[in-house]
Amino acid sequence: MRPEVDFRGLEKPKAWEYAVRFGFGGLVALIASVTGAALGDFAGGLALAFPAILPAALTLVKEHDGRQQASDDARGARLGSVGLTLFALTVLLLGPRGPWLTLPLALLVWAAVAIGTWMLIYGRR
Amino acid sequence: MPHLTFGRHRMRPVANGPAVRGLHGDVSMAELLLRFLLGGVAVSLFAAIAEVFKPKTFSGIFAAAPAVALVSLALLFGQRGGAVVREHALGMAWGGVSFLAYACACVFTTARTRLPVWIGAVVSWAVWFAVAAVGWVWVRPS
Repeated sequence: MRPEVDFRGLEKPKAWEYAVRFGFGGLVALIASVTGAALGDFAGGLALAFPAILPAALTLVKEHDGRQQASDDARGARLGSVGLTLFALTVLLLGPRGPWLTLPLALLVWAAVAIGTWMLIYGRR
Repeated sequence: MPHLTFGRHRMRPVANGPAVRGLHGDVSMAELLLRFLLGGVAVSLFAAIAEVFKPKTFSGIFAAAPAVALVSLALLFGQRGGAVVREHALGMAWGGVSFLAYACACVFTTARTRLPVWIGAVVSWAVWFAVAAVGWVWVRPS
């Protein structure tokens, strides 16, 4: 199995569905900021990995493509979350070197880990 | 320029004006608004990228993309420096482990045909909070 690119997929969600994701995304950023101020930096970091968007995302996938596809979406999120942990560890390691090196490299690590594990698990099928 | 205090750290405010006050510092309303907008844009962007890919096991990867983290950490770098960013990163690393447990719970709940998907996904937040609490107790630096 290989990942496929299909730009027609962009037409599938309605405008309000993008708006829902925008709203939830903004909300997580707010929660992380307030949590950091209220409970400290560690809690602020925890909140950056709070899966606030997934319930809405899974519900929309179920509405469009069915329950099995929603389940597959959650399976993919597992791999993304492994990448998320390695993203954070990269920031932890490279933080003192500044944002211009740290953040792009951490994003690269996230993509490499998430896509790499996907290729290992699903690429051989 | 006046500074806001975050525990032992000092922060350059984005703007003067009303602020949310917390035990570990204050956040100005202007900064909250900026974070809301940038967080929303980042998540929408990753959601759009996810729509382009097939199959769902692959596009699902983007549901756990560091969209909000990129924006928030970039702002933190500018305002409070690398040391504070590293403390956030430690919490986020454990948050990623919590996210993995949460996603596993969602795989389980979405397979239950009698349970509405959104209810299963919301109830699974308890798993995230449980694992996050373990990190709060054992991983958080004292």
